[in-house]
Amino acid sequence: MFIASDDIFHKVWILAKTLNPMENEHQFNELQTVRLKVNGEQHELLLLPWVSLLDALREHLDLTGTKKGCDHGQCGACTVLCDGKRILSCLTLAVLKEGAEITTIEGVVRGNQLHPLQQAFIDHDAFQCGYCTPGQICSAIGLFKEGKAKTREDVKELMSGNLCRCGANIGIIDAIMEVKDGGMYE
Amino acid sequence: MNSFAFLRAETASEAVKALNTKAQAAFIAGGTNLIDIWKYNLTHPELLVDINRLADCRAIIEKADGGLRLGALVTNADTAYHPLIESRYPLLSKAILAGASAQIRNMATDGGNLLQRTRCYYFYDANAPCNKRVSGSGCAAINGYNRIHAILGASEHCIAVFPSDMCVALAALAAVVNVTGPNGDRNIAFADFHRLPGDQPERDNNLQYGELITSIDLPVKGFEQNYSYLKLRDRQSYAFALVSVATGLELDGDVITEARIALGGVAHKPWRAKEAEELLKGKPATPENFAKAAAVILQGAKGYKHNSFKIELAKRAIIRNGMMALHPQSQRPGAQPSL
Ligand SMILES: Cc1cc2nc3c(=O)[nH]c(=O)nc-3n(C[C@H](O)[C@H](O)[C@H](O)COP(=O)(O)OP(=O)(O)OC[C@H]3O[C@@H](n4cnc5c(N)ncnc54)[C@H](O)[C@@H]3O)c2cc1C
Ligand code: FES
Ligand code: FES
Repeated sequence: MFIASDDIFHKVWILAKTLNPMENEHQFNELQTVRLKVNGEQHELLLLPWVSLLDALREHLDLTGTKKGCDHGQCGACTVLCDGKRILSCLTLAVLKEGAEITTIEGVVRGNQLHPLQQAFIDHDAFQCGYCTPGQICSAIGLFKEGKAKTREDVKELMSGNLCRCGANIGIIDAIMEVKDGGMYE
Repeated sequence: MNSFAFLRAETASEAVKALNTKAQAAFIAGGTNLIDIWKYNLTHPELLVDINRLADCRAIIEKADGGLRLGALVTNADTAYHPLIESRYPLLSKAILAGASAQIRNMATDGGNLLQRTRCYYFYDANAPCNKRVSGSGCAAINGYNRIHAILGASEHCIAVFPSDMCVALAALAAVVNVTGPNGDRNIAFADFHRLPGDQPERDNNLQYGELITSIDLPVKGFEQNYSYLKLRDRQSYAFALVSVATGLELDGDVITEARIALGGVAHKPWRAKEAEELLKGKPATPENFAKAAAVILQGAKGYKHNSFKIELAKRAIIRNGMMALHPQSQRPGAQPSL
């Protein structure tokens, strides 16, 4: 963030971004205060109720690591962790997540150290264009937390919500299996 | 702009009251279906009432009669992985886990799952006629590309199918839906919850405007010894069913003493044929007997230009899943064929 979120300029900037001057003035009445803790940092946003969590992250907090693929729940590119659980940020409204803790790909590094999954993705050539990668990694972190995947077949099934148009799937599953079997996560 | 007002409710009565102040309002739970449809400009709510914080609807509890009560706001994932669901209602667990993706199941709620809309391509295409979306506009699917459409219980006005997996298991388990509304509380047997299209395909179910699902009750019988969910689709995972089958059996040796069979992906509601279940009673669990049951279930089936294959597919799936139910431990992730 280049401006502290409680800064008045930030609010004006958000308003300018949010409100289309061509629209009815009554939209001002619909503005909602939304408090989100994103990657450990507390934010208070003023948003119209139909702003998706994905747009709040990308357009209002400038966290563009989370990607918009389909915007309809069909690709997984927008996967983030919400209170530790993997969800699709395109299919939820920011207002519905009032008070929640969100982790995006920008928040998974540990100090100067890549997250073990980030390193494993590099080691296993688990991407080409990289567009699906932030979603894949957040999803895999959620997968580990759930603790339900035992076999490679389980991992494939439980990662099926993240599509990769480049076809890096074998590398992706290899990378996840390596970190899973190495126990290199929480 | 498809704009709406927003209100967060803390109690069921507050939610119902708020919704009933408007003619075009909707509850929002996980949002995974409502927001999708809203983004396609297919629904235009003036108010969304957030029901995620209704404290009374967020738990799975054991009932005095020995059954379980699923709060409407419990997520599909928390339901499928709940120890009591895994041990006593594994059929429900498997059916839920065969649907959508891990992320979506973390968001989707049990109440919302019952109310998801059809995935008919023409329902999703605002430029196409669709009696379900715009009453009286016609049905583009009947003479269109109808590969995913109904083979049972359809009408000349609509051949859409209800896409839920979870509800196929709930139909087999004979669940009960508890609702509250402006006129008080009521309980709806699962078989009466969803409806056939008839001449009112815009109505998916028998809920009245403004009614809120508070919970879903599971009767004691869970078929935890012999059950199977089989889902057949165009790709192995993260796709809706072309045909799915939920089977629960009670056996005395190899003789069936009670059978439940429900189909998904074939009709406007989860399809359960009690005559076929009766026919299996007292008979050995063999492919031949499941074939007889399948013939009864598919008796009135009618295919359209692109989906006639579903009739044979459904018959084979019933037989296969009947045999799979004898070996539930062989269930594979994604409800794939396992034997
Ligand atoms: C890409 C994708 C793939 C999917 N694949 C599958 C699949 O394979 N199998 C499957 O079964 N499902 C699948 N789904 C659908 C998913 O299961 C549903 O979208 C989900 O269950 C809906 O629950 P929700 O809580 O998100 O509902 P919402 O979107 O919040 O609400 C849906 C509807 O129900 C109403 N509503 C919600 N809760 C209540 C309540 N308690 N009382 C009264 N009204 C209520 C809302 O007003 C709205 O009309 C898929 C979805 C997506 C996006
Ligand atoms: S952008 Fe959310 S699933 Fe594709
Ligand atoms: S790396 Fe390109 S989409 Fe996955």
